[in-house]
Amino acid sequence: MAIRQFLDKIEHNFEKGGKYERWYPLYEAVDTVFYAPKSVTSTTSHVRDGIDLKRIMITVWFCAWPAMFFGMWNIGYQANTFLAANPDAIMGDGALRTAFISALAGNNPDSIWDNIIYGAAYFIPIYAVTFIVGGFWEVLFATVRKHEVNEGFFVTSILFALICPPSIPLWQVALGISFGVVIGKEIFGGTGKNFLNPALTGRAFLYFAYPAQISGDTVWTAVDGFSGATALSIAFSDGMQALQDQISWTSAFLGTIQGSMGETSTLAIMIGGIALLLMKIASYRIVGGVLIGMIATASLLNMVGSETNPMFAMPAYWHLVIGGFAFGMFFMATDPVSASMTNTGKWCFGILVGVMTVLIRVVNPAFPEGIMLAILFANLFAPLMDHYVVQANIKRRLARG
Amino acid sequence: MEHYLSLMIQAIFVENLALAFFLGMCTFLAISKKVDAAFGLGVAVIVVLTLSVPVNQLIFNQVLREGALAWAGLPEVDLSFLGLLTYIGVIAALVQILEMVLDKYMPALYNALGVFLPLITVNCAILGASLFMVERDYTFSESVVYGLGAGIGWALAIVALAGIREKLKYSDVPAGLRGLGITFIAVGLMSLGFMSFSGISL
Repeated sequence: MAIRQFLDKIEHNFEKGGKYERWYPLYEAVDTVFYAPKSVTSTTSHVRDGIDLKRIMITVWFCAWPAMFFGMWNIGYQANTFLAANPDAIMGDGALRTAFISALAGNNPDSIWDNIIYGAAYFIPIYAVTFIVGGFWEVLFATVRKHEVNEGFFVTSILFALICPPSIPLWQVALGISFGVVIGKEIFGGTGKNFLNPALTGRAFLYFAYPAQISGDTVWTAVDGFSGATALSIAFSDGMQALQDQISWTSAFLGTIQGSMGETSTLAIMIGGIALLLMKIASYRIVGGVLIGMIATASLLNMVGSETNPMFAMPAYWHLVIGGFAFGMFFMATDPVSASMTNTGKWCFGILVGVMTVLIRVVNPAFPEGIMLAILFANLFAPLMDHYVVQANIKRRLARG
Repeated sequence: MEHYLSLMIQAIFVENLALAFFLGMCTFLAISKKVDAAFGLGVAVIVVLTLSVPVNQLIFNQVLREGALAWAGLPEVDLSFLGLLTYIGVIAALVQILEMVLDKYMPALYNALGVFLPLITVNCAILGASLFMVERDYTFSESVVYGLGAGIGWALAIVALAGIREKLKYSDVPAGLRGLGITFIAVGLMSLGFMSFSGISL
C-alpha cells in the first residue's frame, strides 16, 4: 500500500490551490493506473462493471505485443537474410544503429537474438519518438484544456508505430503522430470525441505528404540500398502466379515477408486480435463485417476477371494474409470511437471497410494498399450509419405504438 | 454501358464536386448541421444538376457553339461568350420551378432549406458541373449521367458531413474553433478520406 499512501500524501499539491495545480491531469493519470478511481456514477441508470476506458485501452495495447515482437524479429530476419546473401550491402542507415547492433549481436538470420536486436534498433527509436512527441501533445492539451490524460494514446502510439515502415526517418514519425494526435483527435476534445482514427490520420498524412519514404520498393527492409517489391506490388505488376512463385501462402500467413513493422504476420495479429474478440473489447460484428465484405468483393472480382489487371485474380485467402489487412481489421477498424456504435451500424461499417479495401487494392493503380484508406473512408460514414439505424429504430417503436 | 458506369463512378467518387474540387462550399457548410435537411438539399441538388447539365449541353451544342447556327445561315457566328450568362439563367429558372414544387408539395423541407434553396442558383457546384460538361465536351447522354453522378456525389458528401457534425455536437472543441472552424477542419479530413479514390482512372 506504499503507493497508495505516497499518492495520497502528494495529492493535495495537485488539487485546486495546490502547488502543482496545472499538472493535475498527470497525477490523475498515474493514480488511476494503479487504483480504480473512487468516483462513482451518481445518475439513475448505469452499468456496474470493473472495467473502464483505461483497462480497455491497456488491454488493446498488450494485445498488440505479439505483432510488435514478431515485427521486431521480422525486421531483423529480413535484413539479416539480405545481408547474408549480399555481403557487400551496408547494414542499417545510421551510425548509432549500426554500432548498437554490432555491439550486441551478429548478423545471423537464423539467430532469434540477432534478429530481435536488429529489429529493436529500428522499432524502439520509432516507438520512442511516437510516444514522446505524441505524449507531449496529449499532456499539453490535457493541462491547458483541463481534461484527463487518456490512455487512448497508448493504443494510438503503438498502432501508429506498427504501421510505419522500418526505414522511415524519425522526423517524419514525429510529424505524423503530431498531425494524428492534434488534428485527428485533440482539437475535437480528446479521446471519444474525434471521428477519425488518429493513428490512421497520421499515417495517411505521411502517406500523401512523403510518399517516397512510406511506399515503394526500397523502404520495407532496413538495409541501405535494398530494393524489393512487397507481396501486393508483386501481385499488382506480375500477377498471382509470380506471387505464388516468390512467396508461399504459409510464409505470408506467418509473416516472414517484408512490410510495415507490425503488420506482416497474420498469425501474430490473430493471437492478439482473437484475445480482443474473446474479451469483447473488439467488436466481432466489425471484424465479421470486414471479412464478409472482403470475401464477397474478392470472389466477385475473381468471377468477373480481367485480362489487363492481374489483381482481379487474387483470391480472398491471399487478400487476408498480405499487406495490412489483418492488422487493420483487428486493431484499426474496431476502434470504438471512430467506428459505428450501433450493432447494425457495425455490420455495415465492417462490410464497407472490406469492400473498399479490395476495391482500392484491385481497381486503384495509384495505391497498392487499401485498408488504411478504406477505414478512413468508412469512418466518414460511420456517424451516418448510426443516424439511420437510430431513426429506423424510432420508427419501428412508433409503429409498435 | 460500361463507359457510362465508369463516368458515373468517376463523377460520384473520384471527382467529387465537394471533396475533390471544393465547389459549392457555402451551402455545403451552412446546411450540414442536420442530416435530414442535408438530405433534402442533397436531393434538390441532384434534381437541379440532372436537369441543368443536359439542358445546358443542348443549348451549348445547338445554339452557342461555333458553327452551331449554321442551319440558320450563320456558320461563322460563335456565341460561346454568352455561355456563363446562359447557364446561370437556365439554372435560375430550374431552381424557381423546383422551389414552387417544393413549396406546394413539401412545405416542411421548403422551410428547412429556407434561403439556401434559391441560393442553389449561385451554388458553384451547379455551375461548375455545367462548365465541366462544356470543357470535357460531353455528349447529351454523357451529360445526363454526369449531372446525375455529380449530384449524387455532392449529396453523399453533404449527408456524410451532416452525420459527422451531429456527432461533433458531443465534442469539446477549443472555443476559438467552434462552429465553422472545426467544420472546415472536418471537411479537410473528409477529403483526406476521399483521397482513396484519387488515381483511379476509368
